[in-house]
Amino acid sequence: MKQGSAVERLKNGIITENPTFVLTLGMCPTLAVTTSAINGLGMGLTTMAVLALSNMFISMLRKVIPDKVRIPAFIVVIASFVTVVELLLKAYIPFLYDALGLYIPLIVVNCIILGRAEAYASKNGVISSLFDGIGMGLGFTVALTIIGAVRELIGAGQLFGYSVMPASYVPCSIFVLAPGAFFVLAALTAIQNKVKIAGEKKGKDMSKIQSGCCSDCMNCSDTLCGQRKEEPDNGNN
Amino acid sequence: METIKDLLIILISSSLVSNVVLSQFLGLCPFLGVSKKINTAAGMGTAVIFVITLASAVAGLIYKFILVPLDLTYLQTIVFILVIAALVQFVEMFLKKFMPSLYQALGVYLPLITTNCAVLGVALTNVQKNYGILQGIVNGFATAVGFTISIVILAGIREKMEYNDIPESFKGMPIVLVTAGLMAIAFCGFSGLL
Repeated sequence: MKQGSAVERLKNGIITENPTFVLTLGMCPTLAVTTSAINGLGMGLTTMAVLALSNMFISMLRKVIPDKVRIPAFIVVIASFVTVVELLLKAYIPFLYDALGLYIPLIVVNCIILGRAEAYASKNGVISSLFDGIGMGLGFTVALTIIGAVRELIGAGQLFGYSVMPASYVPCSIFVLAPGAFFVLAALTAIQNKVKIAGEKKGKDMSKIQSGCCSDCMNCSDTLCGQRKEEPDNGNN
Repeated sequence: METIKDLLIILISSSLVSNVVLSQFLGLCPFLGVSKKINTAAGMGTAVIFVITLASAVAGLIYKFILVPLDLTYLQTIVFILVIAALVQFVEMFLKKFMPSLYQALGVYLPLITTNCAVLGVALTNVQKNYGILQGIVNGFATAVGFTISIVILAGIREKMEYNDIPESFKGMPIVLVTAGLMAIAFCGFSGLL
């Protein structure tokens, strides 16, 4: 497959570098809004819209933006698109706007978006950046929908609002509450670790799988926090 | 008297009942990333208290005296994120120049806070809930105190856990997340407080 072609970019976002399952980026919305499959889907698609538009726009402006002020410039572009999407949701899909609430404006600080702007869009052409955004956004959507579906199934016995479990099933409602989000993510990262360990034993290169921002903000070299090289654990005195 | 009661309710509900990390999932990155030792966790907590309180004051003033009179409230997200980023930079420069000892203690954490969603989250919540300036500041302070409480507790547990026997695939992040989940269950108990 040709590097940077539309199909390659889509596959990269959905499978090879899935932002949630492989890179573990953008954990705040992943945990907060996945109380049901439909919320996960809505959040994923909203993020995808912002990501695709901001990637395209930043790629168009990449020769104009001076290197020194690129991060603030990216943030302004991203925040503008978030505002646009927020107003559109408020006008046309009010139930989703109410369900996602505060987490829509907080898409601005989602590290996936700034990360893709810095790592891909600021260096590549408009079309491949657009498809990179769509691919990454779809990967994020798939991941959020799966996590939302698991939590909804265990926590409420439903899928997309329809009861699917037998009537005798007693929903374990903790899974739709805050603690459940942590447990689901714990299981997810444990599976990730297992795959990584098994792959390394076979001698495959597993360096792509990472615990992302969450294990250590310093690893997240694509985002603002990675601009500085200080190590917080050494600076305790 | 009524206002003091209001402020106390905000204080308790933002710090304990709807804890910023454990029930709202804001500021997860530093919560999971900088909680290996109690010392660093406390340092991070102090820096967060400092920045969030200041940021909610500044954001509140800008919202009330610039955005509302000019009818530009739909620009709040853009304005707040820029104000927060600029504020953190400014605080860093100020501390470096005038309070080097405080800078030594908090300096490394400040850049980490710029992208902390809790800061933006508090500024936006203050607007959504129609808080006045004073209520906003109290809400910001309380939220940050809640963050500090939970990150210090998590760091304490992680220090104890360091030498425990953990299944191989649960080493690292997964076990920390399980711990955080158990803490979240404990914090659910506060919901009967108000």
